[in-house]
Amino acid sequence: MTKNLRVKIGKTIDETYRISFKFNGSTYYGFKGDTLASALLANNIHLVGRSFKYHRPRGIMTAGSEEPNAIVQLHDNSSRTEPNVRATEIEIYEDLEASSQNCWPSVNFDVGGINNILSPLLPAGFYYKTFMWPASFWEKYEYFIRRSAGLGKSPTKPDPDIYEHEYIHCDVLIIGAGISGIIAAKIAAKKGLKTLLVDEKPNLGGSTIYQNSDHFKINNQNSGSWLEKEINEIKKLKNLEIRTRTSVAAYHGYNFLLARENLTDHLPIDQRKDKTRHKLLKIRANKVITATGSIERPMIFDNNDRPGILLSSAIKKYADYFGVACGEKNILFTNNDSAYETAISLIQKGINIEAIIDNREEINSKLIYEVEKSNIKVFKGFTIVNTNGYKRINKVSLMKLSKDGQKVIGSKINLSCDCLGISGGWTPAVHLFTQSGGKLKFREKDQVFIPNKYSSDQISIGSCNGDLTLEDIIKNTPKYLREFLNLKKTDYDNTEVFSSENQSKRNIWLLPSDKILGKTKSFVDYQNDATAKDIKLALREGFRSIEHVKRYTTTGMGTDQGKLGNMHALGIISETAGAKMGELGTTTFRPPYTPLTFGTIVGRNVGEYFDAFRKTPIHDWHVDNKADFENVGQWKRAWYYPKDNEDMNQAVQRESKAARESAGILDASTLGKIDIQGTDASEFLNRVYTNAWSKLAIGKCRYGLMLNEDGMVYDDGVTTRLGENHYIMTTTTGGAANVMGKLEDYLQTEWPELDVYLTSVTDHYATVSVCGPNSKKIISKVIPNLDLTDENFPHMSFKNVNIGKINCRVMRISFTGEHSYEINVQANYGKSVWEKCMQAGKDYNITPYGTEAMHLLRAEKGFIIVGQDTDATMTPIDLQMNWIVSKKKYDFIGKRSLYRSDTSREDRKQLVGLLTDNPDEVLEEGAQIVANVNKSPIEMLGHVTSSYYSPNLKKSIALGVVKGGKNMMGQKLIIPMEKKNINVTVSDPVFLDKENKRLNA
Amino acid sequence: MFIIKCPFCGEREQSEFKAGGEAHIIRPKQPTELSDDQWAEYLFMRKNIKGIQFERWNHVHGCRKWFNVVRDTSNDEIKAVYKMGEKPPVQ
Repeated sequence: MTKNLRVKIGKTIDETYRISFKFNGSTYYGFKGDTLASALLANNIHLVGRSFKYHRPRGIMTAGSEEPNAIVQLHDNSSRTEPNVRATEIEIYEDLEASSQNCWPSVNFDVGGINNILSPLLPAGFYYKTFMWPASFWEKYEYFIRRSAGLGKSPTKPDPDIYEHEYIHCDVLIIGAGISGIIAAKIAAKKGLKTLLVDEKPNLGGSTIYQNSDHFKINNQNSGSWLEKEINEIKKLKNLEIRTRTSVAAYHGYNFLLARENLTDHLPIDQRKDKTRHKLLKIRANKVITATGSIERPMIFDNNDRPGILLSSAIKKYADYFGVACGEKNILFTNNDSAYETAISLIQKGINIEAIIDNREEINSKLIYEVEKSNIKVFKGFTIVNTNGYKRINKVSLMKLSKDGQKVIGSKINLSCDCLGISGGWTPAVHLFTQSGGKLKFREKDQVFIPNKYSSDQISIGSCNGDLTLEDIIKNTPKYLREFLNLKKTDYDNTEVFSSENQSKRNIWLLPSDKILGKTKSFVDYQNDATAKDIKLALREGFRSIEHVKRYTTTGMGTDQGKLGNMHALGIISETAGAKMGELGTTTFRPPYTPLTFGTIVGRNVGEYFDAFRKTPIHDWHVDNKADFENVGQWKRAWYYPKDNEDMNQAVQRESKAARESAGILDASTLGKIDIQGTDASEFLNRVYTNAWSKLAIGKCRYGLMLNEDGMVYDDGVTTRLGENHYIMTTTTGGAANVMGKLEDYLQTEWPELDVYLTSVTDHYATVSVCGPNSKKIISKVIPNLDLTDENFPHMSFKNVNIGKINCRVMRISFTGEHSYEINVQANYGKSVWEKCMQAGKDYNITPYGTEAMHLLRAEKGFIIVGQDTDATMTPIDLQMNWIVSKKKYDFIGKRSLYRSDTSREDRKQLVGLLTDNPDEVLEEGAQIVANVNKSPIEMLGHVTSSYYSPNLKKSIALGVVKGGKNMMGQKLIIPMEKKNINVTVSDPVFLDKENKRLNA
Repeated sequence: MFIIKCPFCGEREQSEFKAGGEAHIIRPKQPTELSDDQWAEYLFMRKNIKGIQFERWNHVHGCRKWFNVVRDTSNDEIKAVYKMGEKPPVQ
């Protein structure tokens, strides 16, 4: 059944370079320069896929990125597999393997085709309507719906390719290297502007480059040859950079654009090694010239989706550019002159045309006379009412249109064919223009939306600006560019142009049929199987907004984003609802214009480069000692240090026990540290913390709680007074940057009169915390000349000391409730001081403990962790920390909010301790807390925020927030879990050493 | 992505900055004397205009300075940039 439909080869195909490739398991041949689509067509293959909903056989429809049907899976089951690749864009290479999607077991026999027969039962919104009841069944439906939906298969293996990002700054960016883009590039670059020209295709010249008819002439040469010379000239220009295979995906504000440059997808796989596959170009251009051209419109009639039906312009491109005939018995169906350009090309190449069907009744056009000279029958004033042929079109039926174009009259004429070209006129590609914030206007004359108001320094030229004929492009482009680039004249001001085209067009959005609409399948969105009938149904069901109709019918929501059919959907809505197209507007064009791979988006930010991570100066020691790490913000923190095959729980229990029985050591370097200096430093702290700071003596430390202006706890930490006007503040690890930002904000904006300077010194200091009953002995060995008596160095005080020659700040502060010291030392001495402490603690079984044991130890003491026990809805009163809120201070951040009607409610969630009736039962953090499980719905009183098994108390302990918990001491509550209810008793949140005896032990 | 002209550093990419909400909301000098409603007005009520909006921005990955921006939210055009404490140059 394969035939060779290659005709006279164009310049762009290298006939001496044969390439073999596989499609659905069979081997075929094409030439260098072919796309997968052109190579398949040359082998007489049209059927490449099945449609999304009805599984109808579908063929190649276009020759570009607007393709809705011919999307394939490349290299299935390999690490390089990729779904939804447009056959019309991928260039063939040796050993390319492509397969059809959305069909099983094969594209020729697809079980899902049953949906086509069932289609009367599958109207728009079918899934919404059918699978609504009963709601609890959704989980069951979902499995089957998801399995039958979806196009292609995503890769399951790691991507072996390299991707990159590149920033480009230029004076002028030109998008599209068709005739107007080439003209613009020459004008801009010759003016001395740094110019970048991009085009999604491998070659320059757009559709003019293969235009070799005498009906279109520029300066007395055929337009293709003229353009070729221009291209050769611009290639020599120094200021001009050209990037082909580069598709602009997004046009953001301030002329910031994203483009994907495709570097290796056209190469055989063995030549791709170590090369960058795609580059994401991040372009910032002073000026942007959009020359994205236009896309031919299909026509909407019954069964307009069969394999073998293509856009007429695509048939022309396959013939002129690739040297491929799409069929041997071609019929063209049109409402404008474009199809006759195709016809003339086919005649030139000796490709047979059976007939041309033209909507228009009377047309005075040189192109038509030319075609009729070749004895080709033109049916004027006719429309197609139906087509036949399941896997390939074999017949069209036509009827005469009434004068008003609303119905068909007379009798049906049947014509046999194997290929049908359709041309419904042209739609300017305004996608990027509207993405940039530009506003469109509707041109009634030929029913197109064109750019009206620009939002940045940019211009649209050529057919994307509505100049749809060669004459208009040559006449208008230099004029627009003179103004845009502020030039007196250009090289193109006196260019002569000759074109035979007649501009008349008979636009009928939905062509009439002899059947009622309900019996037709006139596809508007080919990929998503949305028909004219579906759109009318949506309108009947009350949808009015174009955005709603789009979502209900899924029109324009496929991977092609409705590049072909969106205008027809609008037209049908406008006609049915009696609204003007211009007032109806369009749906929003969103980036990307064509899909981007995830690889392109992430570039090199994969694996260990996915996010930056921060290591403490002691990190290597933790690694050497087999710590498991936990991510805290961007920090890697030692989580626990498993010994001898311990699991996490065993390690944490051992570490926690050791810290209380003898000595523990913790790397606390990640705590945020802010150096505060200035004559108003004390006043500043008074304003940002809830407690009073003015009377803190030099050399003393104090715990502070920081609120948001809404009264909710924001951060906490210990601040030390180093001098008269000098403090060092510590913050939580995760909150450091935000606290710094917040303090700067108040200083710069609310209290600029305060003499205070903030410096982040988190990274400048390493912090080693030694705790436990033997910590004093260990520190006395590390710092022998420091008097550690309670009189000289009491709890909550600080000393400046030397360890050898290294200057340290030692604080006697505790987050575990044990006697404890924190040594702060310049970061690069951190590891050395840590090792000194380890050495000194050897005799006391000094045990390094990680963040998990730290959390357990502080929970035994009822110390909160901001962000774990609080969640931006907790006031200090809710935390039962009234003691830290100054009554005397006139104001501090958040003070006023503490007596708002809402924050003074008694039934707010309050922090309490929870003890399980069974002391071995450890609660799950996040579990709900209730009082009564028998009343439905069960009232949720709160949840568990921290929960551990305490090795020191030998029982399970937990913290939680409970509505009105403050007054529930001793009350029984229930934690309902999936399989059982756990009984708990509300307790004081301090479980261990309420008298703080251990601090001074 | 916009380009913002920091009054201290000049034109930079938006990614260097952090938005800080509506500008010219002054923290009351005597919060204790305000009613709940007056305090709530300061605390919660913010404009969200389609059109000219006065905003605070922080050059967080640059000089760390806060400043004011006048931005048209309908097209993101920045009409003016001025320092904290200065009067808006446009109305």
